[in-house]
Amino acid sequence: MPDAAPHSQAPRLDGRGLSCVRDDRVLFTGLDFGLGTGEALLIEGRNGTGKTTLLRAICGIRRAEEGVILWSGESIERLGPDYHRHVAYVGHNDGVKRELTVEENLRMACALGTEGALSITEALRRVHLAGFEDVVASNLSAGQRRRLALARLLVTDSLLWVLDEPFTSLDRHGIGVVEDLMQAHVAGGGMLVMTSHHEVAMHRTAIHRIDLSA
Amino acid sequence: MSLLRAFLALLRRDLVIAFRRRSEMVNPLLFFVLVTSLFPLAVGSQPKLLSLMAPGVVWVAALLAALLSLDTIFRSDFEDGTLEQLLLSAHPVSVLVIAKVLAHWLITGLPLLLVAPVLGNFLGLPSQAMGTLMLSLAFGTPALSLIGAIGVALTVGLRKGGVILSLLVLPLYVPILIFGAGAVGNAAMGIDATAQMYIMSAFLILSLTLSPIATAAALRVSLS
Repeated sequence: MPDAAPHSQAPRLDGRGLSCVRDDRVLFTGLDFGLGTGEALLIEGRNGTGKTTLLRAICGIRRAEEGVILWSGESIERLGPDYHRHVAYVGHNDGVKRELTVEENLRMACALGTEGALSITEALRRVHLAGFEDVVASNLSAGQRRRLALARLLVTDSLLWVLDEPFTSLDRHGIGVVEDLMQAHVAGGGMLVMTSHHEVAMHRTAIHRIDLSA
Repeated sequence: MSLLRAFLALLRRDLVIAFRRRSEMVNPLLFFVLVTSLFPLAVGSQPKLLSLMAPGVVWVAALLAALLSLDTIFRSDFEDGTLEQLLLSAHPVSVLVIAKVLAHWLITGLPLLLVAPVLGNFLGLPSQAMGTLMLSLAFGTPALSLIGAIGVALTVGLRKGGVILSLLVLPLYVPILIFGAGAVGNAAMGIDATAQMYIMSAFLILSLTLSPIATAAALRVSLS
């Protein structure tokens, strides 16, 4: 029923006073952030400062030890699947089944999420994997698997993209492709949270930055 | 509607994967057949003793085969990150868990059920007990898969969770073993086994209602 009601306000993602602890080590405390539609949040920091932990908390995979994460003012824990339908996450692991073909992998992503605007063929064309539909994922290179994982973002209708080091194992051309996708998503009113060691080239986009090593 | 689609897609996905990795998937069945067929060799030519032991032997072998295969429910999904995607899907995780357990049962439990009468016959189980053997396994093996899923979900994040998994799950398996083997034993002696079968079906219903919720919660703990 929240979908049927006209949105008086655009969805937004807020973190209030977040603290995360891992192996008895405090990674960060009192972290606040806010993200509206058409904005991107870049999480920076040295290795081991909790970038991935923060991303997993934002997805709702793990719980922050303190603080709340709000989606349009409601706690994401309370929302559960109603929040997850808006979120697409690509983590360290690609989430690609090696035994399945490229198309079967994307079909599964469609079934688990809400069907997006792009067809599987179109999404594969965007990530330059056209013609690979029937290739078993174990025969793809690491970079191609990465692009397949990112194609998942396109076939589902997710407002918030959460990307953990999306450029890992991509070549320069692949990085350009992914940057274009992210830019198009944010420009189209999407939201993006990501970590990256590389400098991200996204023009005319409001990028918030959080530096966890500070 | 979309939930049903997700359920069927996940079920189909797991069956396709199992088919493509079929050499691994026959392991539980092979174990089941090997254990039961080694028993007569070890016990020697005492047909009376064997037929007395048959219900217990078949049930213990089925239980251990189920235990061996448990890890495959979530392990590979955990390793390649698809488990995270399941938790982040737009559908209730507990329903998706049922799809995964159902697929696991179709791959590992159903073959045991189908081959059990042959092995029972092999051990000299009276033919009047075959129906009860199949029925008790039909109620018991899905319950084993469902209960086992909780244990796997709890231990999937551990690198060497195998021993803990057995310790967690075996105590919960014991009642199913007792009543399953008891039912078949009764039927073999020509005694009515209805009471045991009622309890077996109650186990199945209980695990079907509670296990998906517990498994989903355990998965969240394991992944956080």
